[in-house]
Amino acid sequence: MITVKDLCLWYGNTQALHHINMDIPEKAITALIGPSGCGKSTFLKTLNRMNDLIPGIRITGEVCYNEKNIFSPDVDVNMLRKEIGMVFQKPNPFPMSIYDNIAYGPRTHGITSRVKLDDIVERSLRDAAIWDEVKDRLRKNALGLSGGQQQRLCIARALAVSPDVLLMDEPTSALDPISTSKIEELAISLKEKYTIIIVTHNMQQAVRISDKVAFFLLGEMIEYNDAETIFSMPSDKRTEDYITGRFG
Amino acid sequence: MEKKNGKRKIYMVIMRGLMGILFIMSYVLVKGIPNITWDLLSTTPSYIDGSIGILPDILNTIYIIIAALAIVIPLGAGAAVYLTEYAGNKKIVSVIEYAAETLSGIPSIIYGLVGMLFFCQFLNMQTSLLAGALTLVIMNLPTVMRTTQESLKTVPQSYREGAFGLGAGKWRMIRTVVLPGCIDGIITGCILSVGRILGESAALLFTAGVAHALNGFFEGLNSSGATLTVALYFYAKERGEFGVAFAIAAILMVLTLLVNLLAMLVGESFKRRRNT
Ligand SMILES: Nc1ncnc2c1ncn2[C@@H]1O[C@H](COP(=O)(O)OP(=O)(O)OP(=O)(O)O)[C@@H](O)[C@H]1O
Ligand SMILES: [Mg+2]
Repeated sequence: MITVKDLCLWYGNTQALHHINMDIPEKAITALIGPSGCGKSTFLKTLNRMNDLIPGIRITGEVCYNEKNIFSPDVDVNMLRKEIGMVFQKPNPFPMSIYDNIAYGPRTHGITSRVKLDDIVERSLRDAAIWDEVKDRLRKNALGLSGGQQQRLCIARALAVSPDVLLMDEPTSALDPISTSKIEELAISLKEKYTIIIVTHNMQQAVRISDKVAFFLLGEMIEYNDAETIFSMPSDKRTEDYITGRFG
Repeated sequence: MEKKNGKRKIYMVIMRGLMGILFIMSYVLVKGIPNITWDLLSTTPSYIDGSIGILPDILNTIYIIIAALAIVIPLGAGAAVYLTEYAGNKKIVSVIEYAAETLSGIPSIIYGLVGMLFFCQFLNMQTSLLAGALTLVIMNLPTVMRTTQESLKTVPQSYREGAFGLGAGKWRMIRTVVLPGCIDGIITGCILSVGRILGESAALLFTAGVAHALNGFFEGLNSSGATLTVALYFYAKERGEFGVAFAIAAILMVLTLLVNLLAMLVGESFKRRRNT
């Protein structure tokens, strides 16, 4: 569903991604692992062109989403980001009510009917497994939620525009263990409907939730395979060193 | 011992300064308040019965504040949004910021001179409240711009990313996420401007004039008119009416205190809202 062909990326003069090739399967969880600074976030943000905003960035190669190169000039970036949603490392709810946070995306894309919005808000919050916790306080400010709740709210907010793909950049690194396991369960339940690409520093997490794993090192993709294969018999020495904790 | 003495000295100096300020304030209030009468506040000056009323000056002050704010807020806030959210060339941005900084240090009489030459003569507005208001706009533009910019910078980048990530365009992102977050800066800029307009005399003497006719809003903008501060100068210096002058001074002082208090309250309430 997402096919990356010979992708290179430069921040100014420094190259951050080197000739990445990758086929990302539909309705599965693909985990990106690798030591800090190896380009995982950069790669992830390329997939919905979030790094368009960074000055001095240069990209070559292709990312095909539904058989269409996302860098071709006739692609509507806002529609692309509607279909490929994003959850950030730090929960970033807007300083508005819980309801308005979830309704933000649908409203952006032209839904104004109160009935429809109510429905979308409830469905998204249910899908993100946070409905029961917030249903009585939808009009309260979202910043009053706990960190873990905020992150699930952000997932709900991303789901509200009915994306196909969900990009998650270390969504649990700022959370406590209980919130983390909630989000992991959530990710597993979401893969029935969504394609999920998740960056993680946590090997156990990758083992627990992912179907596919890609190992990045210094801007290169070293190895990409089924999770079981990568964790039981990696074909590259560097992958083995990393997942056995010899560096990283 | 030495250090303690130093501290004591500083303390004394501050106390003396405070006492001076308190003395001036109470002097103005004591001299001014007895002269504030309902007649003074509600009539126009009349040469026939030799009476003085400051109603036109009060209205002129209100008109000029409204006109100046109505122009300076969209202009200043717009410029700030453009500079922080759109402008690509950071060098030009810092040049403009530097220019604004410098502009706010120029003595107001120079603004008056330029305003007179440009608005009154070159644009043929004559001496009018509008010309005065436009001069005030130029004077206060840097203030509104800077306060808005400062609060724009406090809007977290993650809000912007969140909005973009949901497929919002730039303008929608600014409208819904950035502007609500910088209302406090805009309001602060407004209040500071009002304070400055209340105290302004030099620039307005040149541009808005010293007339005391009673006008409606639009009529007033097109004619010459004194604000309270200019009227204070006028009655004290040209007419020797010190009672009236002190009455106006007392009114202005109370107004200034109120404006500052308002600024403080607004700042506090925004700080509290941000922390919850
Ligand atoms: N905006 C930027 N401008 C210039 N260089 C950048 C920028 N963002 C990232 N880089 C550089 O690109 C490289 C990859 O960064 P990236 O954030 O993608 O790493 P990462 O794998 O996500 O690391 P981490 O695990 O710490 O999040 C790093 O060397 C980083 O310094
Ligand atoms: Mg990262």
